[in-house]
Amino acid sequence: MSTRLASGGRLLNKGKQVHFSFNGKQLTGFEGDTLASALLANDQMMIGRSFKYHRPRGIVASGAEEPNALFNMGEGGKFEPNQRATTTELFNGLSCASQNHWPSLEFDIGAINNHMTRFFPAGFYYKTFMFPAFAWKHVFEPIVRQSAGLGKAPKDRDVDTYEHFYAYVDVVIIGGGVAGLQAAKAAGASGAKVILMEQTPHWGGRAPVDGGDVDGMPVEDYITTLINDLKQMPNVTMRNRMMGAGVYDHGYVLGYERVTDHTPLENGPRHRLWRIRTKQIVTATGAIERPLSFAGNDIPGVMLASAVRDYVVDYGVSIGDRTVVVTNNDDAYRTAIALKKAGLEVPVVLDARASGGGALAEEAKALGIRVENGKGIAKVKGGKRVTGVAICAQAGEGSVLEEIKCDAVAMSGGWSPVVHLWSHCGGKLIWDDAQAHFRPDATRPPKGADGEGFVIPAGIANGPLDLPAVLADAHAAGLAAVKAIGMTSDVTAPVAEEKPEAAMEPVWLMPQGAGPKLRIKTWLDYQNDVKVSDVRLAAQEGYESVEHTKRYTTLGMATDQGKLSNINGLATLAGQLNAPIPAVGTTTFRPPYTPISFGAIAGEARDEVFQPLRRTPISGWHADNNAFDEPVGQWRRPYCYPQNGESHADAVKREINQTRTSVGLLDASTLGKIIVKGPDAGKFMDMMYTNMMSTLKPGKCRYGLMCNENGFLMDDGVVARIDEDTFLCHTTTGGAERIHGWMEDWLQCEWWDWKVYTANVTEQYAQIAVVGPNARKVIEKLGGDMDVSKEALAFMEWKDGKIGDFDARAYRISFSGELSYEIAVPASQGRAFWDALLEAGAEFGIMPYGTEGLHVMRAEKGFIMIGDETDGTVIPQDLNLNWAISKKKEDFLGKRAQLRDHMASADRWKLVGLETLDGSVIPDGSYIPADGNNANGQRNVQGRVTSTYYSPTLDRGIAMALVHNGLDRMGDVIECNTVSGTMIKAKIVDPVFYDKEGEKQNV
Amino acid sequence: MSNVVSALAGVSHAGFAKIEETGLNGMITVRGDLGSSEMAAAVKAATGASVPAIRKIAAGDKGRVAWMSPDELLVIVAYDDVADTMAALNDGLSGVHALVANVSDARAVFRISGDNTREVLAKVSPVDLSSEAFGAGDFRRSRIAQVAAAFWMNDDNSFEVVCFRSVAQYVFDVLRVSSDKGGEVGFFS
Repeated sequence: MSTRLASGGRLLNKGKQVHFSFNGKQLTGFEGDTLASALLANDQMMIGRSFKYHRPRGIVASGAEEPNALFNMGEGGKFEPNQRATTTELFNGLSCASQNHWPSLEFDIGAINNHMTRFFPAGFYYKTFMFPAFAWKHVFEPIVRQSAGLGKAPKDRDVDTYEHFYAYVDVVIIGGGVAGLQAAKAAGASGAKVILMEQTPHWGGRAPVDGGDVDGMPVEDYITTLINDLKQMPNVTMRNRMMGAGVYDHGYVLGYERVTDHTPLENGPRHRLWRIRTKQIVTATGAIERPLSFAGNDIPGVMLASAVRDYVVDYGVSIGDRTVVVTNNDDAYRTAIALKKAGLEVPVVLDARASGGGALAEEAKALGIRVENGKGIAKVKGGKRVTGVAICAQAGEGSVLEEIKCDAVAMSGGWSPVVHLWSHCGGKLIWDDAQAHFRPDATRPPKGADGEGFVIPAGIANGPLDLPAVLADAHAAGLAAVKAIGMTSDVTAPVAEEKPEAAMEPVWLMPQGAGPKLRIKTWLDYQNDVKVSDVRLAAQEGYESVEHTKRYTTLGMATDQGKLSNINGLATLAGQLNAPIPAVGTTTFRPPYTPISFGAIAGEARDEVFQPLRRTPISGWHADNNAFDEPVGQWRRPYCYPQNGESHADAVKREINQTRTSVGLLDASTLGKIIVKGPDAGKFMDMMYTNMMSTLKPGKCRYGLMCNENGFLMDDGVVARIDEDTFLCHTTTGGAERIHGWMEDWLQCEWWDWKVYTANVTEQYAQIAVVGPNARKVIEKLGGDMDVSKEALAFMEWKDGKIGDFDARAYRISFSGELSYEIAVPASQGRAFWDALLEAGAEFGIMPYGTEGLHVMRAEKGFIMIGDETDGTVIPQDLNLNWAISKKKEDFLGKRAQLRDHMASADRWKLVGLETLDGSVIPDGSYIPADGNNANGQRNVQGRVTSTYYSPTLDRGIAMALVHNGLDRMGDVIECNTVSGTMIKAKIVDPVFYDKEGEKQNV
Repeated sequence: MSNVVSALAGVSHAGFAKIEETGLNGMITVRGDLGSSEMAAAVKAATGASVPAIRKIAAGDKGRVAWMSPDELLVIVAYDDVADTMAALNDGLSGVHALVANVSDARAVFRISGDNTREVLAKVSPVDLSSEAFGAGDFRRSRIAQVAAAFWMNDDNSFEVVCFRSVAQYVFDVLRVSSDKGGEVGFFS
């Protein structure tokens, strides 16, 4: 059983007990514990069930590579699944639950899958898709959905906050182990701005556990001096609890800082995503120990040798009283020695190498530890925890030589450098035969815009495994990083004591001749339940590419992305394919290194700052007066203003009737307003608009159309000529920024020698439309020096002056067909002006109308709306707007396109009005089918409805539609479809339903 | 005129730094040839300042001038002085191709003052805000979270942020969230 030892635990504060709960059980640990060490201290060997076979699983590792110990963490608004126990710091009140078991961890029904493993081979999911046809939907999917899956999805809103942070530095060093610290010192001494980040709360990595001497002192003390040196450097920023999540082009690094995960009651963001631009990156990311592949290597109690050592030294936790060590390298002897020194039993070290180990092996033997060379584990005995091992010859097929009782197995299959961050942006790898691992190929780094490498691997992440070489390499990496940016550092490298080790020997299967019965219980990937037999099967079925094998078997997928399984898996594949390992290669390493929270990615963008909402100066009034808003781009515009519980339809009807019979107000502030000024402004305007704009007289307004180069109508609006050199262009609400950008594009990229400047002054003005037969009376009531009579300010004219106290520019333009003034005042005066108009208009029953009223009234007048009558495929001619297309101008944007055969054809869909025969309203989006089917068997279509409304003015349904040859079919009755399948009969009519002569707007 | 109100009526928030709307500012967009003698003279006459270098803001006795683009300046004066400043600029630029537009009402302005002001912005704007890279007199036209914004630094380590009036509430909320207590980063200290 695993337990807390009386002594040891260098990271613990044993004076401070911490309470937490696991599956509802109240447990205690110490400050400094990880959740994993605290669970083990409480003899919680089994912490979950496996993904596919629901096998009991225990903690395998002590760091970010842990595949099994994933938990549903927290409750309510702090709930999050798949949290890794080995990287979760223990805090008071932590509550977690194991995943993937039902009904309980101890008794799990899904474990029956374990006895059916032969029915769940590699590619099981894909095979179920294929045969028999009915089986996936009715048999397999329900079973798989019930039994597979890791954590639960959160149900509540996340109560935590998150943020981003932008930083710009010279050198980013990822990894705060002894290599990262050394590299930071070497680089920092140059004066370069350095960020050193470490994913754990502690500096120094695993060097203090593994030991060694540097500059005549224990490495742990040397680390302390390094940390102190770095703290003296104002140019070096040290951040722990911050993982280098990803390396991207142009020296972009994502740092994932877990700010308050360990202190959830503190103020501040939970996670902070650092978005760093740097000139050079040093990856001192360490290495990960590989498991060995023997039968039963997933039984709780089987653990990486380094992790066993970590738990003893760092946390004072033993995994068992009797630990069998099995290895193919010298490093694992450190575990045997550490256990022995902690007073624990090591019945045997099984060294797969026939020739055995070096000095460390001798040291172990000297401590009285039995060492068996050339031996391995035939199988691990036990179910929910290890009870013993069966020993065999590594060279054989697994004949049991001896059985030894034990309660833990410490395994080491060698070390693989963490090459992820080196590889994210294209750094290449080479296979190191001596260490049987991939390491960075320093001659092929990720390259920046200058063609030079910008990532430098350092320390064990670059391949060297012994302390002297690690420190030398890390020091050189720090110096190289500052040299690459033209700086120099003169720190001398430390000298570490050499401790030669015997060569490791690759072991990809134990014993090497293990038969099918052993292979089917020999795990490669714990998280995805992939066994040696699965990879072999995939190879037999023709999967030669490691990427394909990954998808087929799920090896290396999910939250750990195969940190433990990749190399063993591809070595197994290579063995089966009789190919050298480097020829098989690795799967692609992609960011993030370990999963990061969605909250960190979203940053501050939630709740009220989820997205920007644009508000006019009058938005406050709308909100106070029960406006029902609709989104128009990022604006929220009132759709209507329901009163006394009336329906939206009734509100729209009331607003329109009031406006048509007396006077209404519209907040038109959102309309785009772009100033175009310069000696060439007229020429420019003639190119932008289809109309002739250069002939417009100052003081006058003209409705204009804008097309893109393909001839399609893209925006419309009223242009006012301010003076000889200056135009003011109104755009649609959604078009303001787009059209301003469009204008600047032409001016900056194509007509750069034209003397024209533009300015987007949309938000300078609050613009209010005063609309209806009584509009003039309301404005005149306000007083001021502006004469708004028909004579002084005729239809399609504008004028500056005072209306009341307000600095106003009034445009006599009308989108409703009524007498109408659109009045612009400075935005700061907008709300007061609105209030003044409401007060002055009270005697006329003045009320605001919303965008729906606006739409209905314009449709009654047959005015088009960009986005309704246009969709990017409609030319002005389709909308019978030929009158607004100049025939005199030599050119305008879209002219040439509109001359093309198809565009100029008479045989097009044309805008018409529709009147339903029964007066009903045609649904939005309705099509007008024609007889017969097309070549694809689809119903032929002769038109579509572009706008459709109930018209309060006419008390009937009206619509606009694009209909094939529509103008030639006045009076024809066509049928419009509905969702329910019934058809609505409608007569083709002129699209102008109201005041054809335009008398009402011109009074 | 009492009818004249800024976007958020002077709202403020005290986090680890203080965020406050400054109220109305006179702001004028000037487009033209920034290297011309006419521009130099017009800007001098209108504000007392010289045409600023790239990404800088210059101060004169009557106002400030910020570099917005290779052919655009932002002139900042008292709100009530806009008409006079516009007249001075138009006067100085008469006869040359230029555009002078009053954008005072199209803007909202916030001041960030107190401690760790650089951090408030560095959370939401992709700008190097270290003291080596950004000091008093520096100006950036960039973004605040999801919207366009510009900002500069004053002598007292305070910043002023200019954004469009329609998104004033959004920008205030973003700056407020970014200055929440407990969110100090400690990077620039």
